[in-house]
Amino acid sequence: MMLDKKKGADSPNTAAAQSAVQPGDVMIHVENLKKTFGDNEVLRGITQDIRKGEKIVVIGPSGSGKSTFLRCLNLLEEPTEGKIIFEGTDITSDDVDINIIRRRMGMVFQHFNLFPNMTVRKNITLAPVRTGFMKQDEADKEAERLLDRVGLLDKADAYPASLSGGQKQRIAIVRALAMNPDVLLFDEPTSALDPEMVGEVLEVMKELADDGMTMVVVTHEMGFAREVGTRVLFIDEGVVMEENKPIPFFADPQNPRLQDFLSKVL
Amino acid sequence: MSVWWNDICNQFYQSFIEADRWKRYIAGLGISFTVTLGALVIGIILGILVAVVRTLHDQQKAKDRGALLNFFNKVCEIYTTVIRGTPMMVQLLIMGFVIFRTSRNLIGVAILSLGINSGAYTAEIIRSGIMSVDPGQMEAGRSLGMDYITVMKDIIIPQAIKNILPALGNELITLFKDTSLVTVIGLTDLTKAAQQIQGKTYQAFMPYIGIAIIYLSVVMLMTKGLGILERRLRESDAR
Repeated sequence: MMLDKKKGADSPNTAAAQSAVQPGDVMIHVENLKKTFGDNEVLRGITQDIRKGEKIVVIGPSGSGKSTFLRCLNLLEEPTEGKIIFEGTDITSDDVDINIIRRRMGMVFQHFNLFPNMTVRKNITLAPVRTGFMKQDEADKEAERLLDRVGLLDKADAYPASLSGGQKQRIAIVRALAMNPDVLLFDEPTSALDPEMVGEVLEVMKELADDGMTMVVVTHEMGFAREVGTRVLFIDEGVVMEENKPIPFFADPQNPRLQDFLSKVL
Repeated sequence: MSVWWNDICNQFYQSFIEADRWKRYIAGLGISFTVTLGALVIGIILGILVAVVRTLHDQQKAKDRGALLNFFNKVCEIYTTVIRGTPMMVQLLIMGFVIFRTSRNLIGVAILSLGINSGAYTAEIIRSGIMSVDPGQMEAGRSLGMDYITVMKDIIIPQAIKNILPALGNELITLFKDTSLVTVIGLTDLTKAAQQIQGKTYQAFMPYIGIAIIYLSVVMLMTKGLGILERRLRESDAR
């Protein structure tokens, strides 16, 4: 099975963007990103360039700000300071319609957040239909195609409550893919899963990666980071303490905090 | 024994059979149903509007609210305070004899009064329902690029309604029983029908026990219906 992206020609909200951003071009430029909750400084100035086709893996201890960093990228958290430029648009500016931006940035959550009152098919087709991206019958076809690719076509008319955690997360990934996004954000996608279900979700993510999807993944799966990541970021105390390609990152960590962290998790 | 029994039969005959009086109970019950239904629709629409405005206001940070939202939130607050702070019967009297004193459309006045009253309570029920839905649902909906209203309408409110169905059912039952108050503006509902028949026959026992049984039966039917509805809505929870 292969999770190829739908061709851009019939997808109005990505066609222009895809032609504008070539592989290797900067897709998301993050500049001096800061976020405080009350007195708590969670992000203390992060500057990053995420290029098209990159698979960024973000690791760090809990409370380090790695999830907040991810959630700032699609403005689920509003940055206190700093800029985020996505495909040439400053999305922190007041006159940007964030709904249109978010259609090009899919997100997968730790707790799946499937809509429990709808069937799997409706979960997947709701956003494409409601945003006017697809007609219901087109969306149904696309949902079936994507479900088939993750091996869950037979669950199309099931409700989320009847599914296992691994199945729910694979469907959450399909739901994000149905909007044909340019980048996928993963917020600890396997942390809420029973151990025997982690593999099936990582498998789908690997296929997406092989397919050229741009991904930002916050995870504790070091194996995934090593195997799939093109760049690994270590975030602690609200800053990127170290970043490198996966092999040197794990083999030769420089920062003492990273050395300490890796000695605990590996 | 037989004298007592004859008396009962006689009273029953006078209160229900003579001069086709049973038709007046049926007509009265019809009015009570019409008022309940109309008020329920107004109450739910008002309730959802008020609940969404107040939740939207509470969820936004102070700087993003804007004057319009602050204004509507204030209006909603005053509405719930006034309606919940005054008796239903006083509201009916004011609506019937002050605001709409020239109106002949008594059913309309009754529906409007009860609907406005019910809306204030429904709003709080719906608000608690909205807050009971996992915030992750809103985040997931918004992360897919849908706007706030769409996510509310298609994702949050259906789940909220399911969570609050028992409380809403309670509100429906209260509303139905409160229709007996519309007698004060002169509308011939079920209670008024019983009063009029008592005025004709000079017997209170049969008409009032009779309508008590009718009210009770209707409420029991509603409870049954709500139970079925609740089970239907829980279908998606089946494992």
